Amino acid sequence: MSELNDLEQRNNRVLRKLVIGSVLMFGFAFAMVPLYDVLCDITGLNGKTSDTAASGEVQMDEDRLVTVQFVTTSSGGMVWDFNPQVRSVKVHPGEITQVNFQVKNPADHTIIGQAIPSVSPGLAAPHLLKTQCFCFDNQTLLAGGEADMPMIFYLDPALPKHINTITLSYAMFDVTERVTGNKDKLAAR
Amino acid sequence: MTAVAAHHDHHDDHHHAPHGLKRWLFSTNHKDIGTLYLWFSFAMFMVGGFMALVIRAELMYPGMQVVDPEFFNQMTTVHGLIMVFGAVMPATVGLANWMIPLMIGAPDMALPRMNNWSFWILPFAFTILIGSVLMSAFGEGNPSAPNFGWTFYAPLSTKYGPASTDLFILSVHMMGISSIMGAINVIVTVLNMRAPGMTMMKMPLFVWAWLITAFLLVAVMPVLAGAVTMMLTDRHFGTSFFDAAGGGDPVLFQHIFWFFGHPEVYIMILPSFGIVSAIIPAFARKPLFGYASMVYATASIALLSFVVWAHHMFTVGMPLAGTLFFMYMTMLISVPTGVKVFNWVATMWRGSLTFELPMKWALAFVVLFTCGGLSGLMLALTPVDFQYHDTYFVVAHFHYVLVSGAIFSIFAAAYYWLPKWSGVMPNTFLGELHFWNSLLSVNLLFFPMHFVGLAGMPRRYADYALQFADYNWWISVGAFWFGISQLLFVAVCVLCAMKKGKKAEAAPWDGAEGLEWTVPSPAPFHTFDTPPVIK
Repeated sequence: MSELNDLEQRNNRVLRKLVIGSVLMFGFAFAMVPLYDVLCDITGLNGKTSDTAASGEVQMDEDRLVTVQFVTTSSGGMVWDFNPQVRSVKVHPGEITQVNFQVKNPADHTIIGQAIPSVSPGLAAPHLLKTQCFCFDNQTLLAGGEADMPMIFYLDPALPKHINTITLSYAMFDVTERVTGNKDKLAAR
Repeated sequence: MTAVAAHHDHHDDHHHAPHGLKRWLFSTNHKDIGTLYLWFSFAMFMVGGFMALVIRAELMYPGMQVVDPEFFNQMTTVHGLIMVFGAVMPATVGLANWMIPLMIGAPDMALPRMNNWSFWILPFAFTILIGSVLMSAFGEGNPSAPNFGWTFYAPLSTKYGPASTDLFILSVHMMGISSIMGAINVIVTVLNMRAPGMTMMKMPLFVWAWLITAFLLVAVMPVLAGAVTMMLTDRHFGTSFFDAAGGGDPVLFQHIFWFFGHPEVYIMILPSFGIVSAIIPAFARKPLFGYASMVYATASIALLSFVVWAHHMFTVGMPLAGTLFFMYMTMLISVPTGVKVFNWVATMWRGSLTFELPMKWALAFVVLFTCGGLSGLMLALTPVDFQYHDTYFVVAHFHYVLVSGAIFSIFAAAYYWLPKWSGVMPNTFLGELHFWNSLLSVNLLFFPMHFVGLAGMPRRYADYALQFADYNWWISVGAFWFGISQLLFVAVCVLCAMKKGKKAEAAPWDGAEGLEWTVPSPAPFHTFDTPPVIK
């Protein structure tokens, strides 16, 4: 009989370890979220630019000219007309440039929008720095309202040499429900 | 591998075997639970197969023919989910339940009550999932079943998912819990319940393959549970894991999903490697060539499976260094896989080969799985993957490794061990018909998909450009042929279950070795109450 109890104890020991292991792996799935964010911040893996303002004090590199293209979309049922004032600009790394984006709300009610940036190629994302951007905060437009939203940026001279063209894309999302229904969370972000 | 029981005595007369419904509902017997798993997975194979035929009926001719595109999407989604989680995985768990205790000389699985629970969750999980399809087909207003593909990428499954996505999430959670419990049971059994003298390196390869599979399951099924939990909170509790508008990232979903998804591929195929490694030596009448290398190859495939996931998402716009890393790692997997294929061939080299049914299926597995492996190698190349991505070439690839790979090996296992399970030999005439019809039809069904894929036919659409019409007609003919051929296997199984056929001896295959052949056929309700002694 003691032999049986011994086996049961050994079984329970292994069982306990495996249950703990699977709970840890469940946690690992959630740990992947911040891990991914950190990895993306470092490498620009997902083409996301920083969501905080950069200082803007940097040496200009006049020997190099890089084309920066702008793409805009209204995503996920967003009705705004959303366009860049210019489709592309040629800049020297370190040169501070302002580009305005025009938005118009054709709807008959107030809409709060949030622009989400994405840079291609992704490796350029950490080198595209903004001192001011409408994408840092959400934007409110009254029914029929229009606005020119500024975005001021410069390219880090450390931008890899092989990158000569950068595409900066903005997807505009309707976050009215999210903001009005869930204020606390947005403030925390 | 030369393990032989010096003596065995079975006490089936001394035990009271329960009868009727209670026998199955409350069973803690590994053989009964194995049988339940196998029948359940077979039923799911038929349900998922029926959905595949709906898909092929629609695609037989260009234009809209049988179902509307919305329902077509639901069919592709639920077909994939049922085949992966309902057919292949439970079938291999059923084989593990039946065979692992018999192969290592254990009286039962280590945790029999948990074993009962892990099976009985499944019918409920699939009732929920299939229920959503039935509602879509017959319900008031035809509410959509899950329609985002079996990979349920966000935001299709979060922002744009139908209401039934929540049913899907619940059922995936249940399947996950069931798989994790089944895997834990296998690990505990293999580590603690081996008969005296059955050292790890004497274990049959099927046991090894399943032990490694079980570790994969414990490692990645919780990650899948995490992914669907995030979906649930994104859908209903205001989080933005995958919602770009709230600062999340839909590509993150793909990383989490494929971190589960790639090991999942090996979860489905490693047990097959074990099965084939049992059958080929038996009918070549030679011990398996390179036993130790097989064990190490299986383990290294499992380890590598954790660092290749992004080859499913080369086109999301990864940096070059990332694609190169995942490309090389993926191609590295072909080394241990090649070791296995060469070992099987070397086992047959100068063997006294005979071609009974299990051997036929196993050989078809080796050849066709290798075909699927080679197209996998093509897909692993990042530059060409950009052309193949999300085309029928991918569909051809994974059906070669899953249908003519995993499922053929499960058929091989069934023909090989049915004498032990049922006590009668499977009907040879029906079995031969089943084999030859399946072999020919599966190639007619999946081989032309390579060509239409290379020519640019995208997967998951209810319609296609006219130039693909001829190929698709033949593919659909192959599909119906393959589907109908499986009815022959129903007949084979029913005949065995009714004990109609030639009575099987304890060791019906003369070249087969292993402890399972030392107990009578059919295996008595209780075996190895006294552990066998392994030389």
